[in-house]
Amino acid sequence: MKLTLHIWRQPNTEADGEFKTYELPDVSEHMSFLEMLDVLNEKLISEGQEPVAFDHDCREGICGTCSLMINGQAHGPDRETTACQLHMRRFKDGDEIWIEPWRAKAFPVIKDLVVNRSAFDRIMQAGGYVSVNTGNAPDANSTIVPKQNADLAFDAATCIGCGACVAACKNASAMLFLSAKVSQLALLPQGQPERKSRAINMLKQMDEEGFGNCTNTNECEAACPAGISVENIARLNRQYVSAVLTSRD
Amino acid sequence: MSVLQSNVPDGPLSEKWTRHKNNLKLIAPNNKRKYNIIVVGTGLAGGAAAASLAEMGYNVKAFCYQDSARRAHSIAAQGGINAAKNYPNDGDSVWRLFYDTIKGGDYRAREANVYRLAEVSANIIDQCVAQGVPFAREYGGLLANRTFGGAQVSRTFYARGQTGQQLLLGAYSALMRQVAKGKAQIFSRQEMLDLVMVDGMARGIITRNMVTGEIERHAGDAVLLCTGGYGNVYYLSTNAMGCNVTATWRCYKRGAYYANPCFTQIHPTCIPVSGDYQSKLTLMSESLRNDGRVWVPKKVDDNRPPSQIPEEDRDYYLERRYPAFGNMVPRDVASRAAKERCDAGYGVGEGKAVYLDFKRAIEEQGEKAIEAKYGNLFHMYKKITNENPYETPMKIYPAVHYTMGGLWVDYNLESTLKGLFVLGEANFSDHGANRLGASALMQGLADGYFVAPYTVGNHLAANDLERKKIDTKNPAFDAVEQDVRGRIDTLLSIKGRRSVDSFHRELGLTMWDFCGMARSADGLRQAIEKIQTIRHEFWENVHVTGTGQELNQELEKAGRVADFLEFGELLARDALAREESCGGHFREEHQTAENEARRDDENFAHVAAWEYQGDDVEPVRHKEELEFENVQLTQRSYK
Ligand SMILES: Cc1cc2nc3c(=O)[nH]c(=O)nc-3n(C[C@H](O)[C@H](O)[C@H](O)COP(=O)(O)OP(=O)(O)OC[C@H]3O[C@@H](n4cnc5c(N)ncnc54)[C@H](O)[C@@H]3O)c2cc1C
Ligand code: SF4
Ligand code: FES
Repeated sequence: MKLTLHIWRQPNTEADGEFKTYELPDVSEHMSFLEMLDVLNEKLISEGQEPVAFDHDCREGICGTCSLMINGQAHGPDRETTACQLHMRRFKDGDEIWIEPWRAKAFPVIKDLVVNRSAFDRIMQAGGYVSVNTGNAPDANSTIVPKQNADLAFDAATCIGCGACVAACKNASAMLFLSAKVSQLALLPQGQPERKSRAINMLKQMDEEGFGNCTNTNECEAACPAGISVENIARLNRQYVSAVLTSRD
Repeated sequence: MSVLQSNVPDGPLSEKWTRHKNNLKLIAPNNKRKYNIIVVGTGLAGGAAAASLAEMGYNVKAFCYQDSARRAHSIAAQGGINAAKNYPNDGDSVWRLFYDTIKGGDYRAREANVYRLAEVSANIIDQCVAQGVPFAREYGGLLANRTFGGAQVSRTFYARGQTGQQLLLGAYSALMRQVAKGKAQIFSRQEMLDLVMVDGMARGIITRNMVTGEIERHAGDAVLLCTGGYGNVYYLSTNAMGCNVTATWRCYKRGAYYANPCFTQIHPTCIPVSGDYQSKLTLMSESLRNDGRVWVPKKVDDNRPPSQIPEEDRDYYLERRYPAFGNMVPRDVASRAAKERCDAGYGVGEGKAVYLDFKRAIEEQGEKAIEAKYGNLFHMYKKITNENPYETPMKIYPAVHYTMGGLWVDYNLESTLKGLFVLGEANFSDHGANRLGASALMQGLADGYFVAPYTVGNHLAANDLERKKIDTKNPAFDAVEQDVRGRIDTLLSIKGRRSVDSFHRELGLTMWDFCGMARSADGLRQAIEKIQTIRHEFWENVHVTGTGQELNQELEKAGRVADFLEFGELLARDALAREESCGGHFREEHQTAENEARRDDENFAHVAAWEYQGDDVEPVRHKEELEFENVQLTQRSYK
């Protein structure tokens, strides 16, 4: 198939960016979206032009590195699918595709389609862990976790940290990301001792990083490739309220 | 006497590690903060080591090339992690896990290392559960297990099809906690490009900041390489796009020995190649073979769709050839069997695939049960191939997946360079010639949580590093930094006519054709010649766009491919020198009448460790003889 691509090009964080248009005459429907970009880059290099910078690594939907707005949708049109797992059979001959980086104040563009997501790491540093040192653990089966809770915790834990929820949100809020981690640990006995400080500190960090507030538009859930549910945000809010009401420090 | 001292402690196998720990020199708690440790890599091995060392009080600097420590390729591991917990009460023990791993590795690993691995395996599960890793559980709330290849017990712990993700996020969260405490610093989007030796000890690294292009110096009292495997020398593999050999290769060129580079693992169940634009291959976890049955048509070129091929026309060749283990034979055996059937003309698809069929499992257990176990894998398969594995069998074919070879290390995980420790897939230590499923996660975490934190302390104390402080102004850094800059400038100045990827593809094809599932002396000699030719052309004709002072993905790739082009030759040399078939290394000249691998214990029960002698000079092959005091070497049989 033949495609027309409009791709955001920006040399660095400080510079202004703009859309540039490229024609790709011969795209196979079996290619993944990123392989289609590889083909474009090969073509650009052979013409002596700068290839398009984009983030990717595992190319199987698990590392959370790829991060493309495709026709205004984070990770493109397929539900629960990362950009690297999107296949060109989803498009048709003659289509025009607009490709942009995540847009959020807390995720500055580094180059072209590559953004800086280190704010997520700092949110995790604020409390996304259980305080246990290596060597301190009791026998694994001494902690019994009802299967139902274990399954819910697992579902929350599958967040890949990609940032699509932020990119899809009109407030650029990181609530879905944050609530996934808070929920996972709140659902497990191991997470109980620190559950109050965790919710409070991670939320505080989110604010400091310049993410917006959640106004329950649920766009994040629709964009999330890992299927993280907004129920986690409700759980986070309950954790937060009870923490603020009962916290002693 | 060999130059390679394994430093395996004396005493009975089961007491070696405990005794050794008792004899290791310690650093007092208050003194630990005086030491700086460099950890390159934040996968299971690096993440676990960096977090544990920081918890102990050392100052840790951790590096990764991704934008976050959480994205190391360990994240992609699917199926599970082994541990000798014997929770299912099926007779498992440390001894059995040890024995299966030694046997699975075709008797080419060090007994003492493997025993230690089995010994600490149980602690790993405890540690991960304490961190909040959500392993699969039974209805009663206790941990669940599944079976993996090469074992007749159920000892694999798992988190649906995302075990690596959950384990890595556990290690990552422990590391983030140390960052918050100021004990660890993360340097993401930083690529290690060389090692700095000062007075015979590893004391620092040179990195490139991948955002600004700046070349940076980092000094420390020990360097831990946890940089993963080199499977991408084949271009197409199940590894992430950025996985590379650069860190270990640069250390090799500074004097660390490279062990068994020809021991590579071809995984039997991957989605087959579909076109020349293909950039990577996707694994379908080994766990699928618990319920999936592998077959091909009994007739050559049978083009009927699978649903129309009746039972009597199907050849379940693994069940036929290996009745004891059936579909659960180890990976090397399953891969070769698939290749054998396809080469003989029984392959499906375009001849380069076999079926993995879930029909019977779905009939017996119901679609729901199968979905609960493998839902995400089926989903992934459908997305890539547009076929529904609940309705039609998967098409699979072997692909490069894991590398058992790596930098040579002793029992302390220290390389031949003092102060340079190597952990995880980057070292050669525990899997011999073939790794069993669910054992890499175990090894990465064993090295990172439970081995290196002790042995690194011993190195610091024994060498009195407290009194040998250096900083990055040391002249040794000048020389290495100059080398690094020189290479980058050369790569950027060639401005030839071919893209970096085109060289990588060409190298990959050569590796796959001549150093893949079957190797021969003739083919390997051809491979060496071809690799040299590609390498020469690369340095004359590669086109690297952009500059060094910016984010430049072409430059990053060029540096990695340049190293693969050197490393590939060593891999082929190693394969040529090993005149036997064992594990993943199959030499056509060395097989039995039934096409099974023929090992040569008399001449090759050793580790081959290569010493660099200079560019375009043949490296020297050293041997570490393997002594088996506790297991009897037998022909591996899964029949
Ligand atoms: C698809 C897939 C599925 C798998 N499934 C299983 C399974 O079910 N069970 C099992 O036991 N094993 C499995 N494995 C194998 C296992 O995942 C790996 O062997 C293991 O995770 C490797 O961990 P590691 O810490 O050694 O390296 P990695 O996780 O690969 O980490 C390497 C680290 O080094 C960094 N790095 C590399 N080079 C440089 C450089 N030059 N400069 C700076 N940083 C660098 C990277 O950024 C990264 O942080 C699987 C592997 C794959 C590919
Ligand atoms: S919640 Fe979903 S969209 Fe947000 S970071 Fe996690 S995986 Fe990505
Ligand atoms: S590249 Fe890893 S999730 Fe897309």
